[in-house]
Amino acid sequence: MNKKEVHKALAEIVGEEYVSDSKEDLYIYSRDPGLAEPHEADFVVLPKTVEEVQKIVQLANKERIPVIPAGASLSLSGLTIPYKGGIVIDLRRMDKIIEVNRRSRYVVIEAGVTHGKLKAFLEEQYPDLCHSLPEAPPSATVVGNLMIHGQGHLAQQYGFNSSMVTGLEIVLSSGEICRIGSCALGSYWFSLEPFPIPAGLFLGWFGATGIVTKAGLRLYPKKKLRDVEVFVVEDPNLVPEVIYRVTHTEMAEDITTSAQPYPLMFRDIVMIQIYITGDEEEELEFKRKLIWSSLRDIINSKEGGFMTLAPNMKIAFLERPMSNITRFADVLKGGGFVYCGAIIPIDMFSTALKKLFEIASRNQVTFSHTGRVIGRGHCMMFSFAYPFNREDPESMEKARKAIQESYIATLEIGGIPWKPEPPIQRVLLEKMPRETAELLKRIRSLLDPNGIMNPGNWSV
Amino acid sequence: MKLKFDKNFCEKCTTYDCLTKCQYMRLDVESAKKEIMRLINGEETFILNECVTCYACEEYCKKGNHPFYLITELQESKGILPAPKPIVKQWINMAIPTRKDTQYFPNSREPVISLCLFPEFMRELRGKLFEGVSFILGRHFYCQLAYLHFGKPSVIKERLPKIIENIARHGFKEVVFFHDECYSTFTSYANAYGIEVPFRPVHFFEYLYNKLKALEDKVKPLNVRIAYQRNCSTRLTPDKEQYLDRIFELIGVERTQREYDKEKALCCGGIFRGQQRYDLFVDVQRRNVEDMVKSKAEYCVFNCPYCYYTLAERVYKAGIRPIMLHQLCRLALGETLR
Amino acid sequence: MSVDLRNVHRCFRCGWCKLPSTFIDYNCPSYVRFHFESYSPGGRLWLIRAWLKKELRWSDRLAEILFSCVGCRNCSENCKMRFKDEVTDWIIAAKSVAIEEGLAPPKVREFLENIAKFGNPWGLPRSQRATWISGVKKYEGDEYLLYLGCESSYLEAGRKVARNVIEVLEAAGISFGILGNEEECDGNEAYMLGEMGLFQELAFKNMKLFQELGVKKVLTISPHAYNAMKKYPARSFEVIHFTQLLYELVKEGKFRFSRMECKVTYHDPCFLGRYNGIYLEPRKILLSIPGLKLVEMKRTRENSFCCGGGSGNFVFDLLHGMESPARVRVREALETGAKVLAIACPICRCMLEDAIKDEGLEEEFEVKDVAEMILDSMKSR
Ligand SMILES: Cc1cc2nc3c(=O)[nH]c(=O)nc-3n(C[C@H](O)[C@H](O)[C@H](O)COP(=O)(O)OP(=O)(O)OC[C@H]3O[C@@H](n4cnc5c(N)ncnc54)[C@H](O)[C@@H]3O)c2cc1C
Ligand code: SF4
Ligand code: SF4
Repeated sequence: MNKKEVHKALAEIVGEEYVSDSKEDLYIYSRDPGLAEPHEADFVVLPKTVEEVQKIVQLANKERIPVIPAGASLSLSGLTIPYKGGIVIDLRRMDKIIEVNRRSRYVVIEAGVTHGKLKAFLEEQYPDLCHSLPEAPPSATVVGNLMIHGQGHLAQQYGFNSSMVTGLEIVLSSGEICRIGSCALGSYWFSLEPFPIPAGLFLGWFGATGIVTKAGLRLYPKKKLRDVEVFVVEDPNLVPEVIYRVTHTEMAEDITTSAQPYPLMFRDIVMIQIYITGDEEEELEFKRKLIWSSLRDIINSKEGGFMTLAPNMKIAFLERPMSNITRFADVLKGGGFVYCGAIIPIDMFSTALKKLFEIASRNQVTFSHTGRVIGRGHCMMFSFAYPFNREDPESMEKARKAIQESYIATLEIGGIPWKPEPPIQRVLLEKMPRETAELLKRIRSLLDPNGIMNPGNWSV
Repeated sequence: MKLKFDKNFCEKCTTYDCLTKCQYMRLDVESAKKEIMRLINGEETFILNECVTCYACEEYCKKGNHPFYLITELQESKGILPAPKPIVKQWINMAIPTRKDTQYFPNSREPVISLCLFPEFMRELRGKLFEGVSFILGRHFYCQLAYLHFGKPSVIKERLPKIIENIARHGFKEVVFFHDECYSTFTSYANAYGIEVPFRPVHFFEYLYNKLKALEDKVKPLNVRIAYQRNCSTRLTPDKEQYLDRIFELIGVERTQREYDKEKALCCGGIFRGQQRYDLFVDVQRRNVEDMVKSKAEYCVFNCPYCYYTLAERVYKAGIRPIMLHQLCRLALGETLR
Repeated sequence: MSVDLRNVHRCFRCGWCKLPSTFIDYNCPSYVRFHFESYSPGGRLWLIRAWLKKELRWSDRLAEILFSCVGCRNCSENCKMRFKDEVTDWIIAAKSVAIEEGLAPPKVREFLENIAKFGNPWGLPRSQRATWISGVKKYEGDEYLLYLGCESSYLEAGRKVARNVIEVLEAAGISFGILGNEEECDGNEAYMLGEMGLFQELAFKNMKLFQELGVKKVLTISPHAYNAMKKYPARSFEVIHFTQLLYELVKEGKFRFSRMECKVTYHDPCFLGRYNGIYLEPRKILLSIPGLKLVEMKRTRENSFCCGGGSGNFVFDLLHGMESPARVRVREALETGAKVLAIACPICRCMLEDAIKDEGLEEEFEVKDVAEMILDSMKSR
């Protein structure tokens, strides 16, 4: 098929209005807000149904055209860039919230549902339930987040968002529709286990093994009240111990860390944000007290203490998602930032922080660190973030260098770069034992023999 | 810069009010005498560790001596930190001017109000009471007195001359201080250390009172009962409260009789929390608010924004409306608040 | 408007701006209609930048992307950056460049040329502006000048609103007059389309006429006129939207309402709401009608979803189609179970009435303006 014929075929599938090869649309879908080099797509399509996705993939597979599933393209590491051209499938027209099972606490959503929409929907219809909300802009999709092993505000209690999945519907590269979990056997979407096909064949693969069209996701109790206590230390070596003690209390909801040079009151200290929730004031107070007393001897040694938060600061910390994180993109008045999220053992916190300071000063860039505890101290996401100015090539180059060095630093300290950009994915594949890389490769070619699914990702 | 502390006063003292009246430590006359002497001689004493820095002993001492300033000097010289190190660091860094801070306000004219680090009140100091005023504010004008809470008077002494110079450069004869702590810095603290202040510090109460007086015909008495939350630096300059009581009279509010007012006022608790005395913080707030409720106050009036931020929520939950003094005055003039 | 298009690169394309503050659903009408990221506020800003930097050439698609922004200001309301207020202005400024360079699509050009030549966007004769009204006196030193605007002069839906407002004013014994065929376009759409020269000319003409007539208070039917006149430089008269005055009259007890059991939902027009912060008055009027039950749509007040008629689209309607904002809005209104969709803007009335027809919902419910609701209640005794 020539391009014109492909266009026509796509238009027959999704309707003329929802396919485009105009240079304006290709311009937008050939890049993301991060720093990865743009690559032009051939088409952008906006399917509305699973069947449409299925037909698009069948067509692409027959014609050996790459397909790139995309949500809001906000992962900031070039994961939806069509490195080999092809069809970008923007899934955001598929945004139905299909079902909530309140008693079994799960929701079934289509691929394009945004975090914002799910949050708002639950607040309105099921105010005592919530999903684990990341700090990404609310326009980001839930499924996009699952495909990169994202983490939200319930990570400390319940782990990575991808471990909250209760079922998946996937369009395979062959165009076949496949369901895994309880939804494959009946109408309930309550659990993946003990189904023999692991969700790991798809989650974390950046769309390189299939396109998720529906996902079941665990919901969790949402308490009426939420508050935050911020513990500060000067010595980063204390952070793992603080986290250890607070997680031991099992009283905290989210636990996050931050370190940044500005404003000056945040300089040379590390802040540990400890969120607590409760249905009543007493419950909050009870949790607060236990957390305070778990840290009492660190306080008495004068090495750490709880900040008194001005009202505007508190509001900023309690906002969900925190817009301050997005606002970091405007630090250099230049519309951008990039970050390397390192998944590290908590013990490595101060080493990572030291690396961040070194990288920032070596490259003369300003920076920010935010981190999030995952599981009861089982590991954490440690971000190295650098802003840049789109109009200033030098600042972009500096940020690019700093981010590369951060990925390398992550590997040096034994961490795993989270949602790495394709060149770093290749570094990882090279670094891991040959057998492991080979296994990944075999899985990939089993699921995508023609290499059409988001090519450039997870391939050598 | 040396603290003017006259030990003769203490030697001749018979009541030792400074320590016997302390609400956070229990001392009788005998032990108070012993401890104050230790302080004077620069010896170790539990006072230095247990002082919660409420400032009140400055008010209790009727001889005009400076027991609290002395305590802070000794805390610093002995390296006793009332709060954890990172908290102290945050406070110290917070007030360092950055490029964004304005150093000079070329268009400001008297009457001028210094807003300290509370820019949010620019929007609030509006209406008839504030017609024609100019503002100065920001880190170049921050009085620094809060370091008394953190055993760091040296920071105050180091930075204050520059702050005074920044204000003086404008050539004002008088400057109205919105934040009580600033006023007390340029009066009580400056006096105690012999620091010269080349303008007349005017307390916000005095300003408000004079304005209200001039607008007396427009004042509609509010006829409400209020509890007044005294802030810590009030202890350094209690005399200005004469204006406060006259303001209350003018706008027709009744300052309720309660256990924890005047000399026995309780701290808002904010500093206790910062010093990590969490139980004390909770207890003091509870007692304070219960006392307000008992006195049948309808409003709790604050003059210090920091007290407001710390206590307002708890007050509100107890069914009392928290309000800043200037807001209350504006209500009395029939103005609507945002 | 003083914005610097050189700052447009500050947009991160993070997409907060396409949602309302509640996040309940997409709220940029143009994105809702087309669903390509290119039609979202951020995508649009990125394309503006690419075009200005000559990375992209002007095209019909780019024209559609730019001019299908209805200027509803949801993006400025919800962008989280310090420059949020400039977001809508950047888009207007880009339209300005396109117009200056003669690149605007023919429909847009025609729209503006008609305003310049005929004082209305359809190019209809000036002599027809007020012929449909009878029995309303011309302004001669009355308390209010009732300014109808093009939409209430030429569109049937707009005329309905004007008639209702006039009837209410008369019932309340308000002293007012109209300009008749001498009325000139208010210039709001010229401004929103970036034709600043035309806007200034219209502002000047109107102010001159008002001054000559000694007008002190202008009462507008359309929020668009209200918004435009608020921007007139060195304005010597007060501008009041009809809902503001009617609310005052309600408070003064000028109307004798009788009970009217009915469920109503109210649609906030962008130029009253987000642009001018008027949310309360229309609602208070409705709520003062005994028996009336006001139910809110899921996107309301600051988060109201635009009818899609702004920035000239009530005429050239680049957003028409199954997913046009007006049709989406009507479906949302229907969900509330209301029988009446109350509006306060003639353009909204026109867009939403058409959408109800397109959706085949004429039997389900109807659009009424706030003045009409007052009349209904007064008559239903
Ligand atoms: C300011 C900011 C803060 C952030 N904070 C967080 C945070 O706290 N936690 C966090 O986890 N993330 C965070 N992120 C990263 C990211 O934005 C989120 O994880 C987001 O949910 C990803 O969704 P998306 O729609 O942007 O996905 P996209 O970037 O569009 O997609 C991500 C990957 O998944 C693939 N993909 C998307 N949809 C499908 C599908 N249906 N089937 C198969 N593959 C698919 C894409 O090809 C791509 O490889 C943040 C980002 C920003 C900009
Ligand atoms: S306009 Fe603001 S909210 Fe919208 S994409 Fe740009 S930066 Fe983000
Ligand atoms: S003004 Fe309205 S239509 Fe235009 S970009 Fe913003 S939200 Fe979309």
